[in-house]
Amino acid sequence: MHRFAIRRAGRLLVSLWVVITAAFGMIHLIPGDPVRAALGPTAPAELVQARRAALGLDDPLWLQYLNYLHHLVTGEFGSSTLSGLPVAQVISDRLPATIELALASFVLAILISVPLGLAMAVATRNGRRRPAELAFTSASAVLAALPEFLVAVGLVYVFSVTLGWAPVAGRSGPDSYVLPVIALAIGPAAVLARIVRVETLAVLQADYIRTARAKRLPSRLIYLRHALPNALTATITLGGLILGGLIAGTVLVENVFAWPGLGSTIVSSILAKDYPVVQGIVLIYGIGVLLINLVVDIALALLDPRSTIRKS
Amino acid sequence: MSRVFRSPVGVSAAALLAAVLLLAVFAPVLWADRAATIDTTQILQGQSAQHWAGTDSLGRDIFFRVLVATRLSVQLAIMATAVGVLIGLLLGAAPLLIGARAGRWVTAAVNIAVAFPGLLLALFFAVIFGVGMRGAVLAIGFAVAPSFARLTHTLVSTVADRDYVHAARIAGVGRLRVLARHVLPNVGEPLVVNATVAAGGALLAFAGLSFLGLGVQAPQYDWGRLLGEGLNGIYVHPLAALAPGIAVVVAGLAFSLFGEAAARAIGLRTVLSREPAATSQPEPAQPMSAADVVLAVERLRISFGPVSPVRDVGFTVGRGESVGIVGESGSGKSLTALAIAQLIEEPGRVSADRIEFLGQDLRSAKEHRRLLGLSLAMVFQDPMTSLNPTHRVGRQLAEVAEQHQGLGRAQALARAVDRLRAVHLTEPERRARQYPHELSGGMRQRAMIGMGLMGSPALIIADEPTTALDVTVQAQVLALLQEIRASDGVALMLISHDISVVRQVCDRVLVMYAGRIVEDLRTADLAAARHPYTRALLAAVPDLDTDRGKPLTVIPGRAADPAQLPPGCAFAPRCPLADSACVASDPPLAVDPGGHRVACWHADREVSR
Repeated sequence: MHRFAIRRAGRLLVSLWVVITAAFGMIHLIPGDPVRAALGPTAPAELVQARRAALGLDDPLWLQYLNYLHHLVTGEFGSSTLSGLPVAQVISDRLPATIELALASFVLAILISVPLGLAMAVATRNGRRRPAELAFTSASAVLAALPEFLVAVGLVYVFSVTLGWAPVAGRSGPDSYVLPVIALAIGPAAVLARIVRVETLAVLQADYIRTARAKRLPSRLIYLRHALPNALTATITLGGLILGGLIAGTVLVENVFAWPGLGSTIVSSILAKDYPVVQGIVLIYGIGVLLINLVVDIALALLDPRSTIRKS
Repeated sequence: MSRVFRSPVGVSAAALLAAVLLLAVFAPVLWADRAATIDTTQILQGQSAQHWAGTDSLGRDIFFRVLVATRLSVQLAIMATAVGVLIGLLLGAAPLLIGARAGRWVTAAVNIAVAFPGLLLALFFAVIFGVGMRGAVLAIGFAVAPSFARLTHTLVSTVADRDYVHAARIAGVGRLRVLARHVLPNVGEPLVVNATVAAGGALLAFAGLSFLGLGVQAPQYDWGRLLGEGLNGIYVHPLAALAPGIAVVVAGLAFSLFGEAAARAIGLRTVLSREPAATSQPEPAQPMSAADVVLAVERLRISFGPVSPVRDVGFTVGRGESVGIVGESGSGKSLTALAIAQLIEEPGRVSADRIEFLGQDLRSAKEHRRLLGLSLAMVFQDPMTSLNPTHRVGRQLAEVAEQHQGLGRAQALARAVDRLRAVHLTEPERRARQYPHELSGGMRQRAMIGMGLMGSPALIIADEPTTALDVTVQAQVLALLQEIRASDGVALMLISHDISVVRQVCDRVLVMYAGRIVEDLRTADLAAARHPYTRALLAAVPDLDTDRGKPLTVIPGRAADPAQLPPGCAFAPRCPLADSACVASDPPLAVDPGGHRVACWHADREVSR
């Protein structure tokens, strides 16, 4: 277990370093002068020069890199070239909205997919109920293939425009969460439900399920206690990827619903060439993905006692 | 690729894809003018006979704009995919191109990149390459590249070690040339298929970027841009957003479904299906006085559709008796055991004139749960797979007591520890807290037996309990089973393919062949076995007198397939005594005055060797 923890921590540090370096390097990989690009071709040369100096862009690259690392440690992300606000403040204003959205969607996706996948596996095991199986696999395949922003547009059309049940945009009351959360959750829920079903079907064939049945446990315990934890180990691995994908999904969904989160901010900042803000948000997204991967590995280690051995 | 067209999904996906591609080629030629015609008298109009999907803010026809946008949308998706595939190929083949050591760094970098969602990577690269069409193509291409690199790496590593690649390199062929001439042709098919699926994804991603305003810029338009423009007026004019949305979904599905159908056709993805465990079972023995009967079975038949791997099996097991069931795999031994334990699942069907356990008729599927849970113990072949890997050993035993004896958690666990001690596990408290994988094979099998002892079993059914174990451990496990039987008067049904194991442990032997009992006799009488199959089984066991200079005796031919039984006696095709009578009809299981049962037209006749 200790070796596993050390190795895992090492991997996290390496990935973190890669993310930080990528966020730093991004600005320097942009062809031309990012300050000139941000200020526009009509800006006076002195202003460009002053801004470059303020951003430290005239220092040697290694010094800039060290400064960048140092600033990160002290929680200093620079300031928006557009509004002049500190990037740290922009992020702390916007991050909660995005986290709420992503977490609520993930929880909803899990709440839908695990019971549904398990129930479908039990109902369709050993080739039972072929029509139900066909209906489930095709419906979930279509839902899984729909990109979230199109789902979002469809939901807006049906529930906001046609039925008038939910607000079309913004983040105000609890009802403003309904559509964005559903739009984000549907695809992952469909994918996860398919995975849970396939994994459960495989687990139901396992010898230890026969043992559980030989113990004459009630079906509830056989499926929930003996089948589900084993089916979930594979599901969690993919669930982590899906949660990571969900972060990306928030970018689009936030823009459909004018949701005041990181996703709508990064897009407007990219369009406005407000690079300090973009850089800060890219870093946050990257760290978010790394944290999710870490949580997944910890969950796996807790749920499957063999996983720590497999990895060491 | 022609195999794709054999599945209905493949055919419809191909048709859809062809339609999308045709539209991409011809729509701009035919309708570019109508799509660009500005009509200020018709601004933001809804659906009409003239404008099927209404008009936009400049009065342009949205239906034709969506059709015309097909070309740009598809073109950009294909270009982005091409960029991604090319970069992915180079990165994935890096170990081959720049040597294993430097290649390892590339692989590590790819592995980190793969962990990030494609759209985030695309956003990152969109910042670097700039907003606009060219930037978006590169961004999506770079975002697709890592997963392609990983795929290429996997495929290439399987090919790179092949002899012809080594030969080419020794012959001095350059690295790029080795890749292009010798490696790629051998991994091409899966790459092309995955590229098709990826093109569908790229189409959706491009629509996303354009929708955000990071992709195609006005006055040009693709579906994503039309969608973004339409969304602003969704209250007034929903079709302006829905029409391009539908186009994106249809086209994306066309690529992805076609790619997946192709993948299935060339067998890239293995279908997750497992065969139902085809096992064998024993037949019942002779009646005895009712009070001493633990188990009585008559005319047991198990069917899977038209196939009946167990037919007309009947036997009884007395209190404390130990009965062995032997036979080759497929003879029906294990299925018989599962049927008695009521563990046959659909689509299997069990019928019998009688299955009575401790005087209770098990055929009425009512509440026998407690009876079976406490009085019938099962021990399976592989203790590694038969214990649940995610639960501690003690809990797995304890839940029997919680379920059937109403014990609380702590009491049940204490009983579990006690039972582990009863099966001679060292440090039972510690074992109870361990997971199955932390125990050795022998310890696990002891734990399985201990699980059966949580109640007070009248019968232990042990299905090949020693087959998966080392020889020395086998002897210990058999001794343990013997000990339990002797001390508590528990009956034992031991299923084995190994007649010498059964001979050691059991009082009586049932010999099964092709789903029937062919002989039922006391172990002591084995030397006087009457069925030619039993005699052949015994002859196949080497002993100390066996002449080691001669090859081991084998039974010629193959075990009968329950799906294709020969007419008459199923053993006839392999039997040295078979004659026309054997082919004409199946011999009944006849009893002699000593209770010895045998099903053979030529029982007792000497086999000439």
